[in-house]
Amino acid sequence: MGEGVGQSVPRLEDDRYLRGKGEFIADIRLAGMRDLAFVRSPVAHARIRGIRKPPGAVFIAQDLAGVQPIVAMSGLPGFKPSAQPVLASDKVRHVGEPIAVCVAATRAEAEDLAAAVEIDFEELPPVVDMRAALTSKTKLHDHWDNNIFLETFVEVAPERFAQPASIVVRRHLRTARQCMSPLEGRGVVATWDRRLEQLLIYTSTQLPHIVRTGLAGCLGLDQARIRVVAPDVGGGFGYKGILLQEEVCAAWLTRHLGHPVRWIEDRREQLTGNANCREHDYDLTVYAEADGTLIGIDAEAVVDAGAYSAYPFSACLEAAQVASILPGPYTMRAYRCRTFSAATNKPPILPYRGVARSSVCFALEVSLDAVARQAGLEPHEVRLRNLVPPEQMPFENITNKLFDSGDYPQCLRRVIDAIDLPSVRRRQAEATDALRIGFGCTIFCEQAAHGTSVYAGWGIPMIPGFEQAVARMTPDGGLELRVGIQSHGQGLETTLAQVANEILGIPLASIRVVHGDTAFTPYSTGTWGSRCMVMAGGAVGTACRELSDRIARIGAHLLQAPTDAVHVGNGAVSGPSGSVPIAEVARTWYLRPQDLPTDVSPGGLEVTAGYKPLRDSGTFSYAAHAAVVSVDTELGDIRILDYAICEDGGTLINPTIVDGQVIGGTAQGIGTALYEAMPYDASGQPLGSTLADYLLPGATEVPEPRIDHMQTPSPLSMFGQKGIGEGGAIGPPAALANAVNDALAPLGVELTELPITPHRVLAALLAR
Amino acid sequence: MKPAPFELARPTDVAAAITLLRDGARVIAGGQSLGPMLNLRLAQPGTLVQVNQLPELCGVASDADSVTIGACVTHAAIADGLVPDIGNGVLARVAENIAYRAVRNRGTIGGSLCHADPAADWVTVLTALDAMVLLRGPDGERSLRAADFIRGPFRTALAPGEILFAVSIPRLPPDSRWGYEKACRKPGDFAHAMAAVLLHRTVRRAVIGALGGKPLLLQGDAVSVEGATSALQDLDPVMRHMQLTVLRRALAKAGA
Repeated sequence: MGEGVGQSVPRLEDDRYLRGKGEFIADIRLAGMRDLAFVRSPVAHARIRGIRKPPGAVFIAQDLAGVQPIVAMSGLPGFKPSAQPVLASDKVRHVGEPIAVCVAATRAEAEDLAAAVEIDFEELPPVVDMRAALTSKTKLHDHWDNNIFLETFVEVAPERFAQPASIVVRRHLRTARQCMSPLEGRGVVATWDRRLEQLLIYTSTQLPHIVRTGLAGCLGLDQARIRVVAPDVGGGFGYKGILLQEEVCAAWLTRHLGHPVRWIEDRREQLTGNANCREHDYDLTVYAEADGTLIGIDAEAVVDAGAYSAYPFSACLEAAQVASILPGPYTMRAYRCRTFSAATNKPPILPYRGVARSSVCFALEVSLDAVARQAGLEPHEVRLRNLVPPEQMPFENITNKLFDSGDYPQCLRRVIDAIDLPSVRRRQAEATDALRIGFGCTIFCEQAAHGTSVYAGWGIPMIPGFEQAVARMTPDGGLELRVGIQSHGQGLETTLAQVANEILGIPLASIRVVHGDTAFTPYSTGTWGSRCMVMAGGAVGTACRELSDRIARIGAHLLQAPTDAVHVGNGAVSGPSGSVPIAEVARTWYLRPQDLPTDVSPGGLEVTAGYKPLRDSGTFSYAAHAAVVSVDTELGDIRILDYAICEDGGTLINPTIVDGQVIGGTAQGIGTALYEAMPYDASGQPLGSTLADYLLPGATEVPEPRIDHMQTPSPLSMFGQKGIGEGGAIGPPAALANAVNDALAPLGVELTELPITPHRVLAALLAR
Repeated sequence: MKPAPFELARPTDVAAAITLLRDGARVIAGGQSLGPMLNLRLAQPGTLVQVNQLPELCGVASDADSVTIGACVTHAAIADGLVPDIGNGVLARVAENIAYRAVRNRGTIGGSLCHADPAADWVTVLTALDAMVLLRGPDGERSLRAADFIRGPFRTALAPGEILFAVSIPRLPPDSRWGYEKACRKPGDFAHAMAAVLLHRTVRRAVIGALGGKPLLLQGDAVSVEGATSALQDLDPVMRHMQLTVLRRALAKAGA
C-alpha cells in the first residue's frame, strides 16, 4: 500500500504523543525561569480607584512602559474598535480580566503575592444580557454611543415577506456561552536571547506568525526581534487563535527582568475568565409554501461579543458570518438578516470550531423541523425539497457563497438510510410517554480555506494571501517541509508528508514537517478555518512539484538522458535506460557539485513556493447528521441511541484522520447540544467555575458515530480536497435538538434553547 | 490555582493525630474534596494532618450485627468487595458508582462523611442504613447516628480536635429490601437527585439527598411519594419532580 494521497497511514506524530514524549509548554524548563500569576478582576464591571501592591515583584499597567493595548479593527462599515488593555488600569470589563502580574520562584508563591494585591473597585452596573446590552444606558466603552460593536443588514427580495405564505414559522432560539476546553490550556514561556537581541517566546498557539505580528505592535519591537515557537499544542479549536494579554506581559517581563518567565493557565482561569464563544440569540421566521418549499428567511441575530475585540479575528467575525451563512445549503428566493455584535461584560468572543455555524445550523434546522411538522412531512423530505441540486453545482447561493461541488440530496438520503428511519418510527410508536424516542437530522455545509477576497471584505488584522511552504532535500535524501501553520491534533505532520510522498515518492519515514516556529517557517496566518489541508497542502504540493523539476534535471544528467525523457516518482528519477534514487540526486547536489549539469537551478534542492486555490472563495465540505435519542420524560434525561453521519470532504488525503476530525468535532457538538453552558448571574459572575459545574461530554456521553464518506472532489483545490476540520462540531446541536423535539412533539413540547438539559426538558414538560 | 502555604503533619497513630488537631489544623485523608478546595484557596488551613496512612483507620471488622469500616477505607476497596457485605452487596454497589475510579481509588468513606457534601452518596446511604459514626477526640470516644452526624451542607457534629475513625453499619436483616437511585447529568458526576429506601418488617426508612442541605429522612408511614411531596413543598418544582421520580424508582426497586 502506498503512503500518498488517499491512504489511511497511521499518524507519524502519534508515536511521541502516545508514549508521553510530546513537549508541551509546561514541559519546558529554562534555567532561572520564574512563574507568573495574574491578579484578575473578581467583578464584571468597575472602575479601578486604586491598587496597593505588596512588597515583591508585582507589576501593574503603569509599570509596563511602552506597552500598547491590543486593538483588533474590522474594516466593516460602522465597526467600533475597542482597546483591550494588557493589564486593566482604569476600568475592568469582565470577570477574569488581568489587572496585575506577580513573579516568583514558583506558581504557588506567585499566587501568594497575587492574593496580597489590594484593589479598590467602584462597581458599575454590569451589562450581562446581549439583548439588554443593545439598549442599555450603561456603556462598556465610555466613548461609544451604545454597546454595539457592529450592526449589519442584508436583504434580498424582501418584498416576498409581505406576501401571504402557507407556512410561517417564527422561533426565538438561543445558544449558550461556552468555554472551549482543549486538554492543554494556554501557556507561555518567554526568554530574552541576549546574543540575538531577540525575544524567544514559546506559546501554545495556532498562529505563531500572527502572534509575532501582534506582539511586535504591542511591544514596539521589530518583528525580527521576536521569535515565536509553538511546541506541541494540546488542542486549539480557536481558543488559541488569539494574541494574549499574558503573552505581551510575559514578553515585557522577561526582557526587563533578565530571566525567563512562564505562565501556565489553570482550569479556573480558563473557566472563569475565558468562556468566550457560541452565545447567539435568534428571532427567526421561515416562510414556506404548503409543500415545504422555502420562500425565504427573515432573521434578527444577536451575538454576544463580550467586552473587547480580540486579536486577530475581531468582535464581529461571528455575527458577520451569521448573516452570510444562515441560508445554509438551501435555495430560497428571499432573505433578510440583521445582526448585532453586542458588547457585554463577558470575555471577548473567539471563533470556536465551526465559527458561528453550530449556532446558525441549530437555529435554522430546528425551525425547518417546525416547517416539516406544519407541512406534514418527514424532516428530511422538507430538506430534500430545498437543497441545492447537484446539477446546479457549482452554485452561488443567495448570499453569494460559491458552493464548489457536491451532491447534497444524496448525502442526506444516505444518512437517512443509515439510521433506518422506518424502524425508528416503529420503535417510536411502541414507546411509552415515560420514555419517548425521537429522530432528528440536519444537513449543513462548511466553508473552509476561504482566502483573500473573503477576508479583505471583513478587513480584520489578518488577511490570508498566498500560503507558502519550503521543501528542501537533505544531503542524505531526506525531505524537510517547512510550513507556517501549526499542527495541534490535525495530524498535519502526516498528511503534509503524504502530499510530498504523492509527488516525489519519498517514503514518509524520510520526510519531516517543520511547523510552529517563526524562525524556520514561511509567514502564514496559521491554523484556523479548516484551511491547512487545502492551503498548506497546496503549498507543499506546489513546492514539491518545483523541487521535482529540479530533481529531474539533475537526475536526467546522471542518467545521461534528456530532461523531458525522465520522470520523478517512487523516490527515484527514471528514464529510458534506468533510474537513479532521489537520494543520489541530493548527494550530487550537496556533496559532488562537480557532477552537476550546466543547466542546474542555482536554487538547488530547496524551494519556497506559494499557493492559492483557483478561486479563494473557499471549499465547501458538507455533511448530514442523523440522531436517535430517548427522552426520559420523568427526569428529563436524554440518551443518544444512534448517531450516523454522511460527510463529503472532497478527496480525502487520509480517511482515518478525517474520521478522527469528524468524531472529535461531534463530541464537542454533543457538548454544545446537551451539556456545556457558562451561565452568568445578574452581576456578571460566571457560575461554572470548575469542571463539576461546567460539564464537558466524556466517554460515556459520546457514542461512536457511524461515518459514511462521499468524495466529490473540489474543482478549486490541488487534489480536490476540502477543509473538513469543523463539520463534526456543527451538526450535533441541530440533530439532537430536532431528535428531542421529535420525541416530545406528541406531548406538545418544543425546545429552542441550548444546551438541552434535564432541567430544561422537565421545566418545559411541567409548564404544559 | 495552588494552595496557600501549609504545614503537612503525618502522624503515626490516631492519638498523635488528635494531638496535632490544634486550632486551624484540618484532617486530610484521600483529599478528593479537600484537595480542590485547597487549590482554589477556599480552604487555607495552617496545618494539614494526613491520616489515611494510619493502620487504625484502615481496618475492617464485623460481627453478627454490623460491619465496621475504618474511616480511611477507600470507595474502591468497598467497590471491589474488600469489606464484608452487610447484605445484598449494597455497599459495593453504592461505592462502585461514586464519581470515577480515580476518585474512588483515593477517596475514603470517612472523608466523604466529614466533608458532608449534600450530594455525596455515603451521606444519604449511611443515613438510610442507620449507620453509627464513631468519633474519637481529646476527651475520648463517642458515637452518633449518621442522621445526627450530618448537620447541614458541609457541616457535621465533629467537635474541634475530634476525628471520625470508623463507621459501623448494621447488617441488613434477611427479609430487608433496599433501593437506591440517583440522577446525574453524567455517570460519575455529582447527583442532582438521590434517594435510598430500606424496608423490612420493623423498619421503613427513606432518605432523599442532594437537597443542598441535610438529607431528608422519612420514616414509617411518611415513606411514600406523597410523604416526600409534602416534605419537599418549598423545593423548586422541577427539582421536586426529579427528586420524587428518583424516590419512586428507589421505592420500586425496594419492592414498595
